[in-house]
Amino acid sequence: MHSDRQSRTPMGLKIAAGLGLAFLHLPILLIFLYAFTTEDKSYQFPPPGLTLKWFAVTWNRPDVWEALGLSVRVASISTVVALVLGTLCAAAISQTRFFGRETISLLVILPIALPGIITGISLRSAFNLAEIPFSFWTIVLGHATFCVVVVYNNAVARFRRMSGSLIEASMDLGADGFQTFRYVILPNIGTALLAGGMLAFALSFDEVIVTTFTAGQQSTLPIWMLQELVRPRQRPVTNVVAMVVVLVTFLPILAAYYLTRDGDQISGQGK
Amino acid sequence: MPHAVTFQKVSRHFGNVRAVDAVDLEVEVGEFFAMLGPSGSGKTTCLRLIAGFEQPTAGHIEIFGETAEGVPPYRRNVNTVFQDYALFPHLNVADNVAYGQMIRGVAKAERLRDAEAALEMVKLPGYGSRKPGQLSGGQRQRVALARALVNKPKVLLLDEPLGALDLKLREQMQEELKALQRALGITFVFVTHDQGEALSMADRIAVFDHGKIMQTGTPEEIYRRPKTRFVADFVGSSNVLSPDLTRRLGGPAEWASLRPEDIRLGGEARHEAQVTSLSFLGSATRVTLDLAGEKLTVLLPAGTDVPAQGASVRFSWDPSALHLMGPQA
Repeated sequence: MHSDRQSRTPMGLKIAAGLGLAFLHLPILLIFLYAFTTEDKSYQFPPPGLTLKWFAVTWNRPDVWEALGLSVRVASISTVVALVLGTLCAAAISQTRFFGRETISLLVILPIALPGIITGISLRSAFNLAEIPFSFWTIVLGHATFCVVVVYNNAVARFRRMSGSLIEASMDLGADGFQTFRYVILPNIGTALLAGGMLAFALSFDEVIVTTFTAGQQSTLPIWMLQELVRPRQRPVTNVVAMVVVLVTFLPILAAYYLTRDGDQISGQGK
Repeated sequence: MPHAVTFQKVSRHFGNVRAVDAVDLEVEVGEFFAMLGPSGSGKTTCLRLIAGFEQPTAGHIEIFGETAEGVPPYRRNVNTVFQDYALFPHLNVADNVAYGQMIRGVAKAERLRDAEAALEMVKLPGYGSRKPGQLSGGQRQRVALARALVNKPKVLLLDEPLGALDLKLREQMQEELKALQRALGITFVFVTHDQGEALSMADRIAVFDHGKIMQTGTPEEIYRRPKTRFVADFVGSSNVLSPDLTRRLGGPAEWASLRPEDIRLGGEARHEAQVTSLSFLGSATRVTLDLAGEKLTVLLPAGTDVPAQGASVRFSWDPSALHLMGPQA
């Protein structure tokens, strides 16, 4: 029956689907292609020649390293903040009952549902009102708002599948709170945290909108790229950096996908 | 010698709900003690109070003479077999059983040896390397038992441990639990809603209802001499006779309990009633009689004559079978 349906698919639909996918992904290949072009002023097609020199040029540009370093630091610290807060919040929401529990659950998820521009504007005016100067830490705070959600969502789903009596069983067998966390909770939610953390890192790494509103004079990598596009010189450098960004964000997301998939299989054996 | 567990006027309230209400309780050292009651009667909360997962709202708890309130679960020398077994899904069976000793810092080789010995005790030798997910319900139950017993607790708490097993397995586990308890001499406190289970396994039973203990005694006492209507009805589904009915049947005007198996049909008995329904139970037949608007259940052992539905039958009982519970039971 399955194969019947496949063979009856109209050719037109197949072509449309193929075109759709091509439309989504060909531009990414073009980005890769132009990283090797010999022409540095405009993106003409086909490229007049291919070269590897832009990799060397990029390597020697200090502004690239500065932006990359800032992005990595912001993403790392936002992720750490999100891991701690997101896990604590997920534990509270899923393991206990208290007044306002549903409300808090909603409020935690809200930042990712809100358009980034709203988060950005509201944070900017809040920082202004509180007279907090824009700095590295204001960027981290801005990113943490949506990173927490990602970690929280992953952790809360895993916590819900975990029987509450596991924690009691551990306590019953002599383990205090820290030992129970170390030997029972962490092994059961570890892959969910890893997946959430990687997703949070990737989100933070290529974030533009919130960063625009919360950064001072500094440029994270995406912001640097935006500025670079306006300048006519050494355009392929942007493409080289874009390739690196794709690798840095795509690999963790891929890893997160496989890790949570395995986690489902493991926890599925429980019953 | 102190009692294994002592409750003095212990209460546990959740908001307005009095889950446990001024309970006095004494569990003797080395006995098999059952807490029996319908769901919501407070028996599981009592167990959790002993384990330390709940703290009393009022009252005083002692475990082997030591004050228990305020002591966290991990510093109490009691272990629990959970209703859903609560085996750690990420650890194999051996590491599950060895968990308590791992926490206490026992060397790996030693604790795995002890775990294997405990698994042998519950008839699961060689299962150490399996994951809990690969075991059947009955096997998980045994692992949970081994995981608790390996720590040599002073009191073992069992929360409806046989509830999820099928009938055959349940009967087998009842015998094994009883044998284990005798062999180890550990005090077992067992929570169940199954009166048959409590009667067959326990040395003593406390019957719970609405957060209070209605009666404590040996299975024989609870069954033969229930103190209240609730106990008579809940344990063995006795016929609970109102003072009026007792008087009509020739007794004093008191609440009374008359066991279905103590009523005989036929002969030249004084009393007469209509048969309203019959149900075949295998080893016996349950006959429901209508006595001028009052229902009376009779249990006829297999092999005796069963009257037809709608027939009028005479019935009688041994005078000693009518157990009086007083005018206010």
